[in-house]
Amino acid sequence: MAFDAQPTRKFNVVGTRVTRPDGVDKVTGKAAYGADISAPGMLHGRILRSPHAHARIVSIDTSEAEKLAGVKAVVTGADLAMPEDADFADVAINCLARDKALYDGHAVAAVAATSKAIAKQAIRLIKVEYDPLPHVTDVDAAMKPDAPVVQEGRALENVPAGMSQNVTTYCKFGHGDLDAGFAKADKIIERSFKTAATHQGYIEPQACMASLGNDGRGEVWCCTQGQYMVRANCAAALGVEESQLRITASEIGGGFGGKTSTFIEPVALALSRKSGKPVKIVMTRDEVLKATGPTISSSMDIKIGMTKDGRITAARGELRYSGGAYPNFTVEMGAQAAFAAYDLEAVETIGWNAMTNRPKEIPYRAPGAPTAIYAVESVVDELCQELGLDPLDVRLMNAADKGTLSSYGPTFNDIGLVATLEAAKAHPHYTAPLSENQGRGLSCGFWFNFGGNTCVSLNINDDGTVGVVEGNPDIGGSRASISMMAAEELGVPYDKVRTVIADTSSLGFNDITDGSRVTFAVGLATIEAARAAIKEMCRRVAKIWDIDEDAVIWEDGCAKPAGPNAGTHPPMTLAEIAAIAGNTGGPIAGHHEVNADGAGVSFGVHLCDTEVDPETGAVKILRYTVFQDAGKAVHPDYVEGQMQGGAVQGIGWALNEEYIYGEDGRLQNAAFLDYRIPVASDLPPIETVILEIPNPGHPYGVRGVGETPIVPPLAAIANAVSRAANVRLTELPMSPPRVLKAITG
Amino acid sequence: MRYVKPESFEAAATLLRDETGISRILAGGTDVLVQLKAEMVEPDLMVDLKHLPGMREIVAEDGGFRIGAAVSGAQLGEHDAVKAMWPGVVEGVELIGSSQVQSRATMAGNLCTGSPAGDAVPAMVTAEAVARVQGPDGVRDVPVIDIPTGPGKNSLNKGEFITSIYLPARPAHAGDCYLRFIPRTEMDIAVSSAAVSLTLDEEGTVTDARIAIGAVAPTVRLVKDAGAALVGAKPDDAAIAAMVRAVEAACSPITDKRGTIEFRTKTAGVLAKRAALIAYGRAGGQL
Repeated sequence: MAFDAQPTRKFNVVGTRVTRPDGVDKVTGKAAYGADISAPGMLHGRILRSPHAHARIVSIDTSEAEKLAGVKAVVTGADLAMPEDADFADVAINCLARDKALYDGHAVAAVAATSKAIAKQAIRLIKVEYDPLPHVTDVDAAMKPDAPVVQEGRALENVPAGMSQNVTTYCKFGHGDLDAGFAKADKIIERSFKTAATHQGYIEPQACMASLGNDGRGEVWCCTQGQYMVRANCAAALGVEESQLRITASEIGGGFGGKTSTFIEPVALALSRKSGKPVKIVMTRDEVLKATGPTISSSMDIKIGMTKDGRITAARGELRYSGGAYPNFTVEMGAQAAFAAYDLEAVETIGWNAMTNRPKEIPYRAPGAPTAIYAVESVVDELCQELGLDPLDVRLMNAADKGTLSSYGPTFNDIGLVATLEAAKAHPHYTAPLSENQGRGLSCGFWFNFGGNTCVSLNINDDGTVGVVEGNPDIGGSRASISMMAAEELGVPYDKVRTVIADTSSLGFNDITDGSRVTFAVGLATIEAARAAIKEMCRRVAKIWDIDEDAVIWEDGCAKPAGPNAGTHPPMTLAEIAAIAGNTGGPIAGHHEVNADGAGVSFGVHLCDTEVDPETGAVKILRYTVFQDAGKAVHPDYVEGQMQGGAVQGIGWALNEEYIYGEDGRLQNAAFLDYRIPVASDLPPIETVILEIPNPGHPYGVRGVGETPIVPPLAAIANAVSRAANVRLTELPMSPPRVLKAITG
Repeated sequence: MRYVKPESFEAAATLLRDETGISRILAGGTDVLVQLKAEMVEPDLMVDLKHLPGMREIVAEDGGFRIGAAVSGAQLGEHDAVKAMWPGVVEGVELIGSSQVQSRATMAGNLCTGSPAGDAVPAMVTAEAVARVQGPDGVRDVPVIDIPTGPGKNSLNKGEFITSIYLPARPAHAGDCYLRFIPRTEMDIAVSSAAVSLTLDEEGTVTDARIAIGAVAPTVRLVKDAGAALVGAKPDDAAIAAMVRAVEAACSPITDKRGTIEFRTKTAGVLAKRAALIAYGRAGGQL
């Protein structure tokens, strides 16, 4: 679907800041989240987890737990099916371990009991005999040929022989002659970087309530970013058909990518199947941090050559990511994104994934990109420092633009990078004075964005209101933006439209809420569904007026005669048409099903000022400005919220958040006390500047905006800290001990 | 678990003495309730003390103040007279937890919990505060510094608990200060901390100095050498440097997820220096 040939289109609803539909429910406590769903006779499920980083499970004796009064079911990995598909199998094994516990916190058994207290007691009565195995949690250590092997036989065919079996993925992207490029450089900098795994840190822990009868029919209510994904994973893990499972997504208390997999739903279903009762499982924060998915951890080498006037002549990156105890492909996205902001003659990026005894990586906003771009943008900044060049001018000089052969293969269409850089350069922040121990950093950011499989139904109600039914949980304001696009297209007020999220049995398949796809793809399908409904309404009116269908047009929310030849009929409103739909052929609806293409890549630029305390290594963020191309900001409040939220999560990642493992391979900080997400007082006001370079792939020009904003902060902050402290920081997080050590040497 | 709200301190002490299982005392509850929720402990007996006489009162006594063991951080922070006399003690208590936690958290609880990183403790130590301890056999007064004996441990006997903390009167030209280092700006636990209490003469020369450091040893430490380094002069660069050296020498921290030995030692000295200069200013001194 192409961008409408209406670049000067005047929007009535899109671009305004209407009241969000979920706000009142959320602030009054009425909104029903995963843990708020209960059923008569419901049991409480609880999961037993491995205390070992890596251990063979010799035996599990559940007999004592089963004898405890109030215990209605105990399950282990043997109670789940073993799916043939490797991805489904990994999910099932991650839900309940089979022969080995692969990380500290890996689920090994579960109980369902009539009370939480009994469930807790029962868990302690399960006897698991472990045979502890050597473990590895560091990605570089895991790649060594003699490293403990997390899983055998999982490497892809293109991984060279002779490497550790932990190495599962190899990828390579780029073009041009690197040697010739580096030979042309006046200055070459090569540096190595490391980043810690971080967690999405959503406030709502995973929770579900599930019921599965002997007839194989089941229901699940859960907080998720994709009810169809939950259905597929549960069907595979339970060995039932998808049609027999109905999954309803609850209101969601944050996802950020972390709720794009399943951890507890198949377990609750297995417990329900065994007990004959509905089973609720609510994860604790400790379980969330230990056993749901953090990001990759990384180790990276970057080499960039530059002429003395700032032109990059060649660039090479080697990324080593670990996605935890399972094969993982996030490094492919990191390797593709690393140099995407640059128009380069010679570039190469190589990526490796190595398994470690850590929880299975689950996407976190722009998975793979923030770390790779952190390393690249750090080296670009250091080159600017060494050569005495303005970092914004250098980025403008090398910026990718329409027609650029990207570092990962495709040639860019209309992109907003140059405009975004120019906006940053023109902003007063860029030239504001700095004091002693202060530094300014900047970074470009990039994300691919995604479209994907999408279904939308749009119903014209008999009272003239409109119901939109879509299949993607709302994690970033999509119900508002979808209602707005429906209202815009139909020409009715925003408050006449209500968008709801369907369960899996009420609407066709939808991909998960990921890839910043929903406002783009569901919006696109909504506009098409509205157009289908309009076409039908015009047909009905043509019938009433007894003229040709082509002679009726839709304008300002009304059917009107197309011109003088069509006769002089008074316009009919949507409400008037809806009220008599029963007389003109029955209910009116529009629907659209699409695998949406043309998501349109997104670029952002972040500017950050920091102050470093040279005596303690403490970093204060003084000022922060986000510039981003939104294509078209449907609801600017939400777009700004995404930009600010990405910056905040990036600040946490850059400064304090990290998975800390002990010598024993156990996670030492599975609580928000020592897993430090930023608190409000850590943050300055985050200014936002939205640019609108329309995406040719969407009728209104919309681009996804949810992921790009977490990409630049790591480098923007690292560059600011490195300049403030007069020393180049190359490891995240830049926690005070690490910064102080860098300063004092 | 039995929850008991005894009618007197004596009854509470007897209950606690006679309990054969695990018992816990509830004043603010900000540690106990978290431990319960985290399933770190399952007490057999929970004795609630906060309703007993004087537990939630701040009373002037002999020029100082007696602060009930269930007085919250928020209550203390709103008491202008205590704040004026011992600003360092009050700022330490007010750093515990969040605003919500402040409405419950107590300095006595912070002391009895025995964390080397307790924010209320160092400034109580430099204030020479005294805890009033009720036991099955009566009442005794114990200097605050003698209460904690190691991480999670205290010197109280079975059946004993603190009913109040006494902050003594302070002389003219005196001031105190407490600073801590945390990676964030709030909602955190001290990686290192320092409290300084100074008394000056008319000319601004330090006549008495007490310096205590937290989170750098198994218990909060009163560093006498550090205090001595400041006595007899104004806190100029040389005196401060000598004091910092004494503080660093008194540190015996561990390396853990919150900080390294090196980092804790260095920042303890930095905080002591900064706290000393603030305390000096509060005492009316001018450099």
